[in-house]
Amino acid sequence: MKPFVKLDGLVAPLDRANVDTDAIIPKQFLKSIKRAGFGPYAFDEWRYLDHGEPGMDCSTRPLNPDFVLNQARYQGASVLLARENFGCGSSREHAPWALEDYGFRAIIAPSFADIFYNNCFKNGVLPIVLPAEAVDRLFGETLAAAGYRLTVDLAAQTVATPAGETFAFTVDPERKHRLLNGLDDISLTLKFTDKIQAYEARRKGEAPWLFA
Amino acid sequence: MNASTLYDKLWDAHVVHVEPDGTALIYIDRQLVHEVTSPQAFEGLKMNGRKPWRLASLLATPDHNIPTIHRDQGIADPVSRTQVETLDANCAEFGITEFGMNDPRQGIVHVIGPEQGFTQPGMTLVCGDSHTSTHGAFGTLAFGIGTSEVEHVLATQCLWQKKAKAMQVRVEGELPFGVTAKDVALAVIGRIGTAGGTGFALEFAGSAIRSLSMEGRMTLCNMAIEAGARAGMVAVDEKTVEYMRGRPYSPRGEQFEQAAAYWRSLVSDADARFDAVVELDAAAIKPQVTWGTSPEMVVAVDEQVPDPAQAPNSVKKSDWERALAYMGLRANTPMADIAVDKVFVGSCTNSRIEDLRDAAKVAQWAVARNRKVAGNVKLAMVVPGSGLVKAQAEAEGLDKVFTAAGFEWRDPGCSMCLAMNADRLEPGERCASTSNRNFEGRQGQGGRTHLVSPAMAAAAAVFGHFVDVRDLANEVMQ
Repeated sequence: MKPFVKLDGLVAPLDRANVDTDAIIPKQFLKSIKRAGFGPYAFDEWRYLDHGEPGMDCSTRPLNPDFVLNQARYQGASVLLARENFGCGSSREHAPWALEDYGFRAIIAPSFADIFYNNCFKNGVLPIVLPAEAVDRLFGETLAAAGYRLTVDLAAQTVATPAGETFAFTVDPERKHRLLNGLDDISLTLKFTDKIQAYEARRKGEAPWLFA
Repeated sequence: MNASTLYDKLWDAHVVHVEPDGTALIYIDRQLVHEVTSPQAFEGLKMNGRKPWRLASLLATPDHNIPTIHRDQGIADPVSRTQVETLDANCAEFGITEFGMNDPRQGIVHVIGPEQGFTQPGMTLVCGDSHTSTHGAFGTLAFGIGTSEVEHVLATQCLWQKKAKAMQVRVEGELPFGVTAKDVALAVIGRIGTAGGTGFALEFAGSAIRSLSMEGRMTLCNMAIEAGARAGMVAVDEKTVEYMRGRPYSPRGEQFEQAAAYWRSLVSDADARFDAVVELDAAAIKPQVTWGTSPEMVVAVDEQVPDPAQAPNSVKKSDWERALAYMGLRANTPMADIAVDKVFVGSCTNSRIEDLRDAAKVAQWAVARNRKVAGNVKLAMVVPGSGLVKAQAEAEGLDKVFTAAGFEWRDPGCSMCLAMNADRLEPGERCASTSNRNFEGRQGQGGRTHLVSPAMAAAAAVFGHFVDVRDLANEVMQ
């Protein structure tokens, strides 16, 4: 996994609540058996005026001029500013794959859906929860100034504005450690093989039908 | 010892290791595998030379992509076909039990797990699908995971988890005639919102829940994720134990009795404390219909489309306006005046035998009056949740009732719940659907979804618009 340490990035605002993972990456793209290449189809139904199908060359598709991420000033954004309950619905990890492939490495919102939040950490994407008032302020500042950037420092657990104002955020120590170092979960877990086997042996005694 | 919730008991029984920050390594008893969220997980295993930790913990079936008609001709869409063939190949390579597309036991993962007795009380069960919460109906800790975690469970039989908070959703009293588990689920979501359960494990309790069949409890737990909760659950009772008896993967003989004794302990202690409690009066719940693009945008069938001018705040106001524009609806329209183009009875929420029986009663009512699916309804389809549900329904003659009333009778799969196969809405089409999500584009780009119970969907098919099944209930639901 790609580590996440510090990011100074252009901010794009997506001003709607309850953005679901069906919207982030529509179902037809879930037919892929690969992990990569979802970026061009991120927010497909909002982003393009035609109907997208897997394998289409997106460079020639008609863009929806009303979709905020299509505005010139947000091209190259790596910080996504969002509203409540971002990433709700389907557990599809294709959603963080698509956002990461699009170029987003950090997402700031007042709240996230649980499964999406968890999936982000597995893919080098940092979901940051800030109070609704702080997010409101950042929306205002982003809209007010083209080229608005934020600096996200995972080690310090802060988001800093160009004016030098900082917002602190919380993150589980274990998740932070793994993301900072880009650690592979499975390798870490396999270090507990003895404990897992001991659990199985004990459980087999208590509840043998579970292992029948 | 302190009093425990059901969730505490399930959690405690599966802790392998705890990190200083409270992150726990949790043992996973079962994983269901389907074609959409597994290919990258198997690829990861292969790249690292790893193998599944415990093959007996796994059961696979294709469900999302497969056709519900002319299955003998295979899958026409080459991309869908490749995904299903990839599941077949991965299961063959690793030795995983798979009910393939033409196996009579094939079906939606969340239907076949319980049906086979593969899902059992007291287990932890995961699947790369958010509706895994369904299995909580058995007093099981069950939740959806992403593909990285699918791979993690395959390789280690464990997951890293932080313990959630516990919420009790208590529904006391008797549900009125014509009001089902689906209506309870939608009423709960209407009450607490789609993020109301975020960070919680829900336990559904109260006399109305105890009165529900196992099928009804599955419908309810299925929708826990639509309230934001990864897991929903119901305590074990004798209905649970009886359901488990004699299923292919259930324990047998003496071991069944040993298991059943343990299962009966899977209830919240009387004085257990919950972090939150939500109470609903069963008698006050009416048949529900969603009007917008989130499951929390729901009203009773005898109500009207809400007016954004009445929204509680500006964020909701703009959400409602956007939803009305997408749905092609005007504020204050009576729900019963809304006409539908298509009807879908199916999905992991409502495709079990009891659901089909409910819908068939309405179809039977129509047939007895020489009525059929209304002329303005282009398609009314019934998609059973599994091959075994289909066979059971046919043994009861339900297929004949449906087809006589003008419904299409299909083969099992996820179908038009998410439209990964050929079953979908065209732009602008409006659907009465027994599925779980009314998100924009969920049933097809530009499609408009209204979530309802099976009887409500069938009634909408017959009348061509939403009707209150309670008005038919005395005649129909007997």
